[in-house]
Amino acid sequence: MAKTLYDKLFDSHVVHEENGAALIYIDRHLVHEVTSPQAFEGLRLANRKPWRVESIVATADHNTPTNGWDKGLAGIADPVARLQIETLTENIAEFGAKAYFPFMDARQGIVHVVGPEQGATLPGMTVVCGDSHTSTHGAFGALAHGIGTSEVEHVMATQCLVQKKSKAMQVLVEGQLGPMVTAKDVALAIIGKTGTAGGNGYAIEFAGSAIRGLSMEGRMTLCNMAIEAGARAGMVAVDDTTINYIKGRPYAPKADQWDAAVVYWRTLQSDAGAEFDLVVRLQAEDIKPQVTWGTSPEMVVAIDGRVPSLDLAKNAVQKADWERAYAYMGLQPNTPISEIRIDKVFIGSCTNSRIEDLRAAAAVAKGKRVAANVKLALVVPGSGLVKAQAEQEGLDKVFSDAGFEWRQPGCSMCLAMNADRLEAGERCASTSNRNFEGRQGQGGRTHLVSPAMAAAAAIAGHFVDISQQ
Amino acid sequence: MQAFTQLNGLVAPLDRANVDTDAIIPKQFLKSIKRSGFGVNAFDEWRYLDHGEPGMDNIKRQINPDFVLNQARYQGASILLTRENFGCGSSREHAPWALEDFGFKVIIASSYADIFYNNCFKNGMLPIVLSADIVDSLFKQVMATPDYKLQVDLAAQTVSTPSGETFNFSVDAFRKHCLLNGLDDIGLTMQHQDKIKAFEARHQQAQPWLYN
Repeated sequence: MAKTLYDKLFDSHVVHEENGAALIYIDRHLVHEVTSPQAFEGLRLANRKPWRVESIVATADHNTPTNGWDKGLAGIADPVARLQIETLTENIAEFGAKAYFPFMDARQGIVHVVGPEQGATLPGMTVVCGDSHTSTHGAFGALAHGIGTSEVEHVMATQCLVQKKSKAMQVLVEGQLGPMVTAKDVALAIIGKTGTAGGNGYAIEFAGSAIRGLSMEGRMTLCNMAIEAGARAGMVAVDDTTINYIKGRPYAPKADQWDAAVVYWRTLQSDAGAEFDLVVRLQAEDIKPQVTWGTSPEMVVAIDGRVPSLDLAKNAVQKADWERAYAYMGLQPNTPISEIRIDKVFIGSCTNSRIEDLRAAAAVAKGKRVAANVKLALVVPGSGLVKAQAEQEGLDKVFSDAGFEWRQPGCSMCLAMNADRLEAGERCASTSNRNFEGRQGQGGRTHLVSPAMAAAAAIAGHFVDISQQ
Repeated sequence: MQAFTQLNGLVAPLDRANVDTDAIIPKQFLKSIKRSGFGVNAFDEWRYLDHGEPGMDNIKRQINPDFVLNQARYQGASILLTRENFGCGSSREHAPWALEDFGFKVIIASSYADIFYNNCFKNGMLPIVLSADIVDSLFKQVMATPDYKLQVDLAAQTVSTPSGETFNFSVDAFRKHCLLNGLDDIGLTMQHQDKIKAFEARHQQAQPWLYN
């Protein structure tokens, strides 16, 4: 029978099945400081050891500061955050890992940037992490999803997870994306169509000519936001783009195994005639740069649109949701998006902090100045290696000359666990993934956009349609 | 893990769709390396008028009188009634930890985000899915009736109202079994260690590059 990519990935990892639940084997376990301490403590209390230490790749990202690195750990003002980072170092020292990139290591960064960059994420793998944006790694034709801390402990102890197979959704995007329309805009347009609950219970495969045309960075952006559509896992089939990206990375298969790996990886696509439980179609030419207006990623419109009015709400529950969102965001229905003025800009996060993202933002910022009404425009590279690459290309200088702050890598203002945050009432153009109430700081107002759109908003002081410039 | 069998509990209504885990437990409280003590900060930004940080004396903080869970009639509630896509967003298990520590053992909604739903079962909590119409009628009954309680029976997979209406809900056989018996699923999985080892040997032979 014709199989979907998801079928192939899931079925090839089943260890045991019972009562409709499968025990699936996990190849790669990514670990960060926030969701792991209780899991390590659980192992310790039960006197258990990790089943396969070599599956673990760890780094500190959520709490790490993006400036003041000259002071080292002592530069982390918040003692609770510092303790969590130190605790990860102690736990890795005690239990072990294949690789650990601690705070300030040259390769440290956001776990979902570091894994692929190191070649630690490979096609055909099952990848988990105590982090919902683990869906990012599905870009490699891997089955990757976020888990809770109890499951982090379960994977450490047994190398397995108890799973019920999801339904399969295919999102087909055919055609050619317009100029300045990016993977981020595709992701937001999809979520605008499916809603944030549309993918609940599904694993999504992104396919079609527009997806094939995306770089690995773009595919990671797209899969990263599968969770924002409600799907734990998003994935893209393996092709030359995938294989070329992996070749030569530190943890990629070496010469003697490379050819065999590639032969297997090329089978990682849905068979012709494979059936999906749901197919969602978008035409690439219809997608314009997107801007969220509300407090959920599904509250999104194109840059030439307006904040929707209540009569467009589909039911009473959504109407109530939108009314709360207008009030929280300080926006009136029917306001043109291009008239929304911003206070801060954040370019970074596991969604959009890779080299291609920084290049796109820098291309817009080059030779310009951040608008006077923008108090802070932050650029936070996804990893130390992305930062080094960007500096080699002179992007740091482009940003600094334009009035952006060039920072050290980490999750930063995507979730504002460190000192980078919005104050109450501040409005931000952000390349991150969530515009929930309080996400970037209590009372802060987030508008999700692509890196180029964020840079353009920083320069203009309000949102602008970069596809028309 | 604590077992869950039955509960006759006071119901609190949280009338919002898409309640995300950032709202359930804001990020500043995730810095803790412990698993307990999150209840006082559940829904922190909605529940208090001032900004909360870890280590604050929450007794002295300014309560938001408009937030439903602060109302006198819902004190001691153990069943949270809410709307679709509850628990969306981050995978933080701190969300069910906070809800459980606050006193909730059961959640009723028309749908949940997948990771949150799964995390509940790991903590002896039962997330129940009922249709949007039933959820809607329960909201009306809770609002209209002081001291409104529901009877939840996991073995029978039923929710019963004070007026005697009974609704059935579905739950996976495996999750039900673990919850009814309070089973630690690491222990259960370890019973299959021979199978895991056999799988691992086959897997390594087929894809040796995964074991470099």
